[in-house]
Amino acid sequence: MSNSPSVPRLQLSGISKRYPGCLANDRIDLSIAPGEIHALLGENGAGKSTLMKIIYGVTQPDSGEIRWHGEALKMRDPAMARSLGVGMVFQHFSLFETLTVAENIALAMGAAAGTPKQLEPKIREVSQRYGMALEPGRLMHSLSIGERQRVEIVRCLMQDIKLLILDEPTSVLTPQEADELFVTLRRLAAEGCSILFISHKLGEVRALCQSATVLRGGKVSGHCVPAECSDLQLARLMVGDAEGLESSYPKVSGGLPRLRVDDLSWHNADPFGCHLSQIRLEVRSGEIVGIAGVAGNGQDELLALLSGETRLPRSERERISLDTQPIADLYPDARRKLGLAFVPAERLGHGAVPDMSLSDNALLTAFQHGLLSKGLIQRGKVRALADQIIQRFAVKTPDADAPARSLSGGNLQKFILGREILQNPKLLVAAHPTWGVDVGAAASIHRALIALRDAGAAILVISEDLDELFQISDRIGALCSGKLSPLAATAETEAVEVGRWMAGEFAPIPTTTSAPAATAAGLS
Amino acid sequence: MDLDLLSNIFYAMVRTGTPLLLVALGELICEKSGVLNLGQEGMMLFGAVIGFIVALSTGNLWLGVLLAMSAGMLLSMLFAAVALGFNANQVATGLALTIFGVGLSTFVGAAWVGKPLAGFEPIAIPLLSEIPLIGRMLFAQDILVYLSFALFGLVAWVLLKSSIGLIIQAVGENPDAASAMGLPVLRVRTLAVLFGGAMAGLAGGYLSLAYTPMWAENMTAGRGWIALALVVFASWRVFRVLLGAYLFGLASIIHLVAQGIGLSIPSNLLAMLPYVATILVLVLLSRDAIKTRLFAPVSLGKPWQPGH
Amino acid sequence: MLLSLEPRGQQSRAMLWLSPLLAAVLTLCSGALLFALLGHAPLETLHTLLIAPLADWYGVSELLVKALPILLCALGLAVAYQARIWNIGAEGQLLLGALAGSAMAIQIIDWDSRWALVWVVLAGVAAGAAWGGLTAWLRTQFNANEILTSIMLNYIALNLLLFFVHGPLKDPVGFNFPESAMFGDASRLPLVSEDGRLHAGLYLALLALVAVWVLLHKSFLGFQIKVLGLDRRAAGFVGFREKRLVWFALLVSGGLAGLAGVGEVAGPIGQLVPQVSPGYGYAAITVAFLGRLNPLGILFASLLMALLYLGGENAQMTMNLPQAITQLFQGMMLFFLLACDVLILYRPRLKLKWAQRKTKATAEALA
Repeated sequence: MSNSPSVPRLQLSGISKRYPGCLANDRIDLSIAPGEIHALLGENGAGKSTLMKIIYGVTQPDSGEIRWHGEALKMRDPAMARSLGVGMVFQHFSLFETLTVAENIALAMGAAAGTPKQLEPKIREVSQRYGMALEPGRLMHSLSIGERQRVEIVRCLMQDIKLLILDEPTSVLTPQEADELFVTLRRLAAEGCSILFISHKLGEVRALCQSATVLRGGKVSGHCVPAECSDLQLARLMVGDAEGLESSYPKVSGGLPRLRVDDLSWHNADPFGCHLSQIRLEVRSGEIVGIAGVAGNGQDELLALLSGETRLPRSERERISLDTQPIADLYPDARRKLGLAFVPAERLGHGAVPDMSLSDNALLTAFQHGLLSKGLIQRGKVRALADQIIQRFAVKTPDADAPARSLSGGNLQKFILGREILQNPKLLVAAHPTWGVDVGAAASIHRALIALRDAGAAILVISEDLDELFQISDRIGALCSGKLSPLAATAETEAVEVGRWMAGEFAPIPTTTSAPAATAAGLS
Repeated sequence: MDLDLLSNIFYAMVRTGTPLLLVALGELICEKSGVLNLGQEGMMLFGAVIGFIVALSTGNLWLGVLLAMSAGMLLSMLFAAVALGFNANQVATGLALTIFGVGLSTFVGAAWVGKPLAGFEPIAIPLLSEIPLIGRMLFAQDILVYLSFALFGLVAWVLLKSSIGLIIQAVGENPDAASAMGLPVLRVRTLAVLFGGAMAGLAGGYLSLAYTPMWAENMTAGRGWIALALVVFASWRVFRVLLGAYLFGLASIIHLVAQGIGLSIPSNLLAMLPYVATILVLVLLSRDAIKTRLFAPVSLGKPWQPGH
Repeated sequence: MLLSLEPRGQQSRAMLWLSPLLAAVLTLCSGALLFALLGHAPLETLHTLLIAPLADWYGVSELLVKALPILLCALGLAVAYQARIWNIGAEGQLLLGALAGSAMAIQIIDWDSRWALVWVVLAGVAAGAAWGGLTAWLRTQFNANEILTSIMLNYIALNLLLFFVHGPLKDPVGFNFPESAMFGDASRLPLVSEDGRLHAGLYLALLALVAVWVLLHKSFLGFQIKVLGLDRRAAGFVGFREKRLVWFALLVSGGLAGLAGVGEVAGPIGQLVPQVSPGYGYAAITVAFLGRLNPLGILFASLLMALLYLGGENAQMTMNLPQAITQLFQGMMLFFLLACDVLILYRPRLKLKWAQRKTKATAEALA
């Protein structure tokens, strides 16, 4: 516990906030000293976002006290927070793509900015001073994700910053970029700026932060000095005594290739999007292949091509094949008929229709499994399927009539995954399967994927979470700027190497077909 | 075709395009802030009828103009209350506004149909209005047309140069981010909607007080809808709105050209021309779906409430 | 403001159905207020508007006659609006149905067999569907916004109708009035009963009602339409063919509106005239929303709307109120409906009570 002799810069006492249906923050105490790097740890759903919104003035607490430099106050709105010297770097950037860097910063600064022209030299100066060089005249949409985060940070630095709040900043960075960020943050702290670092990644917290407050289920479960705690102790504080957390699953090598992506290049007509070039990929039955990579490197484009939302012309249909059957020109329903199942990145609004019941959402992808008769829906059978999913995968919901949006993230994800698994797919493609999901649901999702693998399905997982990929995948690769690295057996590589692949440091896969395919055919 | 005829055509083009320009400028600001207001016809007609009644009863044309703008703003306040305050579907609310405004204006104006009014007369600026070809078009118009030139300048300056324009654009593109930064999203949108209402009311007032000084049911004949198409056609860029308004004005007076050349086409078929032209233009400019998405304000038409 | 809105967390099923009723009641109250301001006795005027037209069987049959085209159009719009395809072109599709049906009827004016009627109706439905299909084509091929294109097509359709009724289809022996010759008896819709003008279009409308209900509530095609409307991305994700659904929805709603149009000219009117529709296509929009895009709700809402039409005519005749009163009420109702719909997701709370509760809570916390 850090005992600061001087008055803490920010002190929260007894902060509580209730939303319809849940108590997001329950009597939270937090204290940050000047120049301190303080971590706010917790799993998804623990209440970190809400607390942060309260500190930044976006929301008001129902009860409790906020003290700034010892003085009690009400943080009325973000403008007031900014005027006090609080800066916030959001997880989902609050930037305007069609405006320039300077205009974005000008908007955030309000009247203090002057004109964008007056602002430009200041932006250059500040950004260079902290090693985050920025060109003020560039349009936001032309910047990479890492560069956009720099704009968010520089935006805060332009004001007289006393407390910088960062919400999961490394979720969009490669390991190397994360290290560079830490250098900047340490420098800021040395100059007297306090830093509130919100994260669920224990390794980073230990590397960077001097003290930590851990949230669990809306309450403070402990304060500690990360360097003096083991991973297990921190994990216990974050998730309690839940069992089966850090399971390790045995790695296997797969059988026959099921999904083959053969030299797939795709030009994206969308100027904000990414092009794919020469993707070569093979997923075998009975194995899980993981593809790492920071968002914006071609994942969405590749997923759309695999699911069938984007289709290639008939002449190129061989580029993607399922069990040697070319599918690249087929619609999603035709691919499902051949045994493809898909869990998209967004639960609500893509994988499930938010305002439809779970029953209807079961019908959404399973309609080719005997649920229709002469074009009419067999409601009884649909209901039975939905009930089966709910039961088998322990989805917490009153019944199958509940609308999809009423489920928590973890439960909805379990339902969506369950819906796909019950269709006995030959190939399952899952995007970010445990993003934003509480740790209990994440563990059960991982177990379900492993079980599906062991039953002989081929599984492809695309995710930003390296830890998850190392846990469940048998082979691993990375996507960077639309290019795919060669795959390696997970047991034979480590995070640092994959991190390099995520940054693009890999040699392209050779074009000659490798011998193992012939050997595998010979084994059958 | 001689120079005089051309000069007359340009003159008529600007006159006819003026109501379109006014409505489109108002709706441009509205849409830039992320709000789609389909109620233009209703607001225009209500502005037209109120302006006419006031002008005829008081004998004061400018009072009529002022109250026409207020009438448009009043109706747009209804829209703002339901679509922004109650977060209702903007398409349905705009349609409701059209149906209500059209009905209300017909109801209110029933006793005033066919009454004559001495409207605004053209004011020719000496010397400038004698420039061949463009003199009449730019400098021999009535005062409301000159006002429309000034308003165009104002809107262009606001959108391109001012910090208000930056805020409007930010709110329209990403209301969540704007709100997180402390910008008053709903207030900006409400003001944009009110501005749009005032412009639509003014356009209606122009029709009944200057263009054809009289009141007739449904006298806007779809101009409000054409103006909406105009904003799409202009890719939400203000100079293109000016161009488009006058081009559509041209399409509406094609019978003048036909007469000039000596063609005789049935009036009903000619009357279709502005609507056919609108469709053609929409087709030509929406084809590139990706490009359309590039320029349209990202949050256009999507309901939004703070703090979710 | 005295009222504050508190989110419910999920939809209130009760309010889903109470809201249209509340909207209707509020409209009537506002109407009564309006009449009072204009110097007419409010209750008397409401009586003229709503009760008097139904005083006898003839009135009720007139109600049904007026409701039929509105019902047909609104059913078609429900299909389109479920998919969030904002077809505003029902009026134009209706007019074109009337136009095509009339052209066919004039062509076969001397036929005796009942097939004449079949051909006339088919022509009307096909023309309406084609006009709707035009909007579909413009959207699927060129990404042109259907709200704007369908409205433009309304104006074009009206002008086409005027052109034909003043020109090629004008009755040569009709004293130069802009109207067509009366259709042959074989092309007219037979009457359902001897009193009144209620015609066999009633059966077609009921058939349409059942068909649309089955489509939307039981069929997989209807499910696809709903998914497209609720979540376009999910529809693409599972492979529902958006273009086909857009075509289907617009062909169906155009066809139904075309049926409404041909029903008017082959039914009560008996010939082509410029005033085929006093805005039925636009009224159907309000009716579709009021009926919650549900065939049964639409049935009741059509009857209410038809009553407003009759009442408006009645008020014009007996009290000299402008006929636009109908349209005024339409607009008010839609506005009130949209406003009342907020109660589905939000609970109203009197701010006084809320303030009292807060002070109590703070007092307790400090104690």
